Amino acid sequence: MVKRENERIPVSQQAHVVDKPKDLTNIGGTVSVEINEKKITVPLGTTILEACQLNQIHIPTLCHHPDLCIAGVCRVCVVEVEKMRTLQTACSFPIMSPIKIKTSTEMVRKARRHIIDLLLSEHYGECYSCFRNANCELQSLAKEYGVDNYPFGHVQEQRYEVDNSSAAVIRDMNKCVLCKRCVRTCIDFQEVGVLEAINRGHETHVGTFLDKPLSEVICINCGQCINRCPTAALRANDPSDEIWKAIDDPKKHVVIQTAPSPRAAIGEEFGQAPGKSFTGELNTALRRIGFDRVFDTNFTADLTIMEEGTELLTRLKKALVDKDQSVKLPQFTSCSPGWVKYIEHFYPDYLDYLSTAKSPQQMFGALLKTYYAKEANLDPADIVTVALMPCAAKKFECNRPEMYDSGFKDVDYGLTAREMAKMIREAGIYLPEMPTSHFDDPFGDASGAGLIFGATGGVMEAALRTAYELVTGREVPFENLVIEPCRGFEGVKQASVKLENCVEQYKFLEGVELKFVVAHGTANAKIVMEMLRKGELNDVHFVEVMACPGGCIGGGGQPIPTSAEIRKKRAQAIYEEEATLPIRKSHENTYVTNLYEKFLTDGPCGKLSHKLLHTHYVKRGKYIS
Amino acid sequence: MELEKTISKKRSGPVLFSEYKLGEGIKKALEIGRENILFELRDSGLKGRGGAGFPTATKWMLSAASLSDQKFIVCNADEGEPGTFKDRVLLLEYPELVFEGMIIAGYTIGAKVGILYLRGEYEYMLKSLEDFLATLRKDNLLGENILGNSSFNFDINIRLGSGAYVCGEETALIESLEGYRGEPRNRPPYPVNTGYLGHPTVVNNVETLASVPHILLKGGQWFKKHGTDKSTGSKLFSVSGDCDKPGVYELPWGTSIAQLLEIVEAKNTKAVQVGGASGICLPKSQFNRILGYEDAATGGSIIVFNQSRNMLKVLKNFMEFFVEESCGQCTPCRIGNIKLLEAIEKIEQNEFTFMYLNNLKELGKTMQVASKCGLGQSSPNAFISILENFKEEIFGLNGKGNGNGKA
Repeated sequence: MVKRENERIPVSQQAHVVDKPKDLTNIGGTVSVEINEKKITVPLGTTILEACQLNQIHIPTLCHHPDLCIAGVCRVCVVEVEKMRTLQTACSFPIMSPIKIKTSTEMVRKARRHIIDLLLSEHYGECYSCFRNANCELQSLAKEYGVDNYPFGHVQEQRYEVDNSSAAVIRDMNKCVLCKRCVRTCIDFQEVGVLEAINRGHETHVGTFLDKPLSEVICINCGQCINRCPTAALRANDPSDEIWKAIDDPKKHVVIQTAPSPRAAIGEEFGQAPGKSFTGELNTALRRIGFDRVFDTNFTADLTIMEEGTELLTRLKKALVDKDQSVKLPQFTSCSPGWVKYIEHFYPDYLDYLSTAKSPQQMFGALLKTYYAKEANLDPADIVTVALMPCAAKKFECNRPEMYDSGFKDVDYGLTAREMAKMIREAGIYLPEMPTSHFDDPFGDASGAGLIFGATGGVMEAALRTAYELVTGREVPFENLVIEPCRGFEGVKQASVKLENCVEQYKFLEGVELKFVVAHGTANAKIVMEMLRKGELNDVHFVEVMACPGGCIGGGGQPIPTSAEIRKKRAQAIYEEEATLPIRKSHENTYVTNLYEKFLTDGPCGKLSHKLLHTHYVKRGKYIS
Repeated sequence: MELEKTISKKRSGPVLFSEYKLGEGIKKALEIGRENILFELRDSGLKGRGGAGFPTATKWMLSAASLSDQKFIVCNADEGEPGTFKDRVLLLEYPELVFEGMIIAGYTIGAKVGILYLRGEYEYMLKSLEDFLATLRKDNLLGENILGNSSFNFDINIRLGSGAYVCGEETALIESLEGYRGEPRNRPPYPVNTGYLGHPTVVNNVETLASVPHILLKGGQWFKKHGTDKSTGSKLFSVSGDCDKPGVYELPWGTSIAQLLEIVEAKNTKAVQVGGASGICLPKSQFNRILGYEDAATGGSIIVFNQSRNMLKVLKNFMEFFVEESCGQCTPCRIGNIKLLEAIEKIEQNEFTFMYLNNLKELGKTMQVASKCGLGQSSPNAFISILENFKEEIFGLNGKGNGNGKA
């Protein structure tokens, strides 16, 4: 729907793909090629790699990633093309004429082996002391090509200092193979532009502006680079040792909240195919590991809907009834900490558009060390709060200095799905075989609305279910509560619902066409922000932005690998799980209504909820001193 | 610099260094029209003078046939190959040939903008070149309605490189022009389709473009009379090293190395590096080979070494150059070159086995076919040819050399 403007992207980092003809039956629509003496017909412009994949011919790759544009730099995928003097990279070569390709000649095999040997000669460290052991693309290549020695040597000393300045992402350039997937992810895929190659020749390395530590540049902590790194050069900042310590300490009451997205993906860490949630199994596993209570982040997702929804209705009232010019609309969601840091850096003048509601993770933290501590009769100082998240940026978020509203650090540790899986394995548990169990009180099992927060458009869908019903007294006019326009993976989605026959309290919204926009991935967020800047969103009321592609299910803390297909399956798992739940609207979650009756007695956006559940933002800007 | 200023056109040669009057090439081009320009070029058999030897007529035809609202002519004056300085002579002494070549190219393919990508180290020429462009504009040979031809507008601007050798590679040059890291692109697609800013772009060497006005004036058949069947015309050679008369010479293709050595008065010659650092190193036994695309190909660099030179040191110098100048993008070039350099250091320290060196020669062959661009594809040439052609000097008769040229 919206055309992307890729002005900042170097042409070398754009996909040099040839547009495939729309009508393949036309003359010139397809081309016949010979691969390993087998004749096949492919659409004009198909790359050799694609043609081989379609015909069950395996071509090794390293710098190639289905989410990213073509680089052609690792050279592992070289093949022979008849009449060409040199070998050609299968990933980058568009088939435009009836060529003859050979994928496994002596020259090809030797070249690939040489390239792998060269990469290994510079790759510091040993596989058994590496967190990507058994999930490393370089290791797989070495195995595929039977590497049993280092003919060109093996680096014995670290060349680079490990950058662990960031709360979210750790960079160890000693393991980098310069495939530049992270560079392409950061510049082209997310359009943040923190990472780029520095220097040339043997001194080339991926670095930040002036090689500053990651914590001092405009990194938004989305962790998408981690998901696409083929080796262990990039990883999340892992707090699991400290969590074990807390679990082992009998004085500490360790509680964990789990978000829906890691539950829909953690099975992949145990060899399961993507597309199945392990919520109940995980609850049991976490208790066996030693967590004292297991809570569902969806509870605070429901709470977020109440708070953010109320905030939106308040803004609308101020704008429509009080004609208050200072009210900023559309209201933007604030659940995604990567997005929050993105807007703080890139659009600091637009922070007033952001909802002040905290993310579900942080709301939960604040409630655990106040409401829950009181209910359970515990000293908040003894409570350790852990959050299982699909996210790298959540680690940064829980360490923000403003997140101490309970009087303590609201959330002590953010844990990724990968790190959780490691802890489960360490405890000798095989997750898929666990019996299922429910979440603990006083937060219980949440609504389906909270669950779908995990996929792009989910917050919007959940908010609409509640807002529409509050305003009109009727359910949203969509079959089975499925608001189709919110679903799917289009970069920027736009839709509207008309508010008619409103209840007395919301008569001022009578006849209003409630317009909303959903974007995922910061490249799409940029498009939306530019629309806002140009005044193209003046008639829009609510915008959902998630920093990661596909929303949280594609988060930077999810299992590796990732691809559009895997993300689609994870989203499907969430939607399927949702359809089976008895309660599917946030305002019908009785645990939430209970909380407002017993604790947050002045209601959504009231004084106490403002203290505990809302926050403020920092104008960071993008200029680095 | 004083020296450069005092140079006058005392040179003589069959094509480039022959008589020429300003503007004649453009006039002729407008007179015969686009198609005939392409036919003359095709008949001439002119091939790219930068070293790769791609037929110029084909390149122009492909971009002339490309559909696009914008097209570009880029003159590659990033003369960075060690031992090459012929483009400098052309730009200083024969700028009319270079610029007229660009204007004719622009006319032929339908480009309105030409860009001269000038090597950063040649910044001192910038003023004289700009002045010359101003003269051309004044004479209506450049700018709007060239020579009264209302459909022909073409202008040239000059851009400076920043000192990276790899930016002489045409796609890296284009990246650099666009303001990005000078890194070669994937080919295909080629610049004739997807070049500067994504538009069809012809990138030609200075010497290639300078040959065009002469070809148009005197005909492709005339040009073809010089040189050999596969290497037509003449070539500028930048001769340096151990000889009495170094300098730039215009000689027909097909001249043998022995003949060339005689002309430049080289004595006691042990080896000749043909084609600069990325070329091959020939021993005396091969001095009968001829200079041409079919035999000893070169972009013009000829470096002469006499008996006093240590070939291992020569090789080390070349490899250090490539380690430094690789763009660092692709694996074979980034890491391969440093492995070859390590091998040379091990030979110097007499800490090697022949199995190890053979492995590295094999690696060199992989680099030649698997690197992304010409830099990595040609950087092992010196390694392979010097170790092969000078093994007696380097390893001694019994294979136990110490790297100092002594057995």
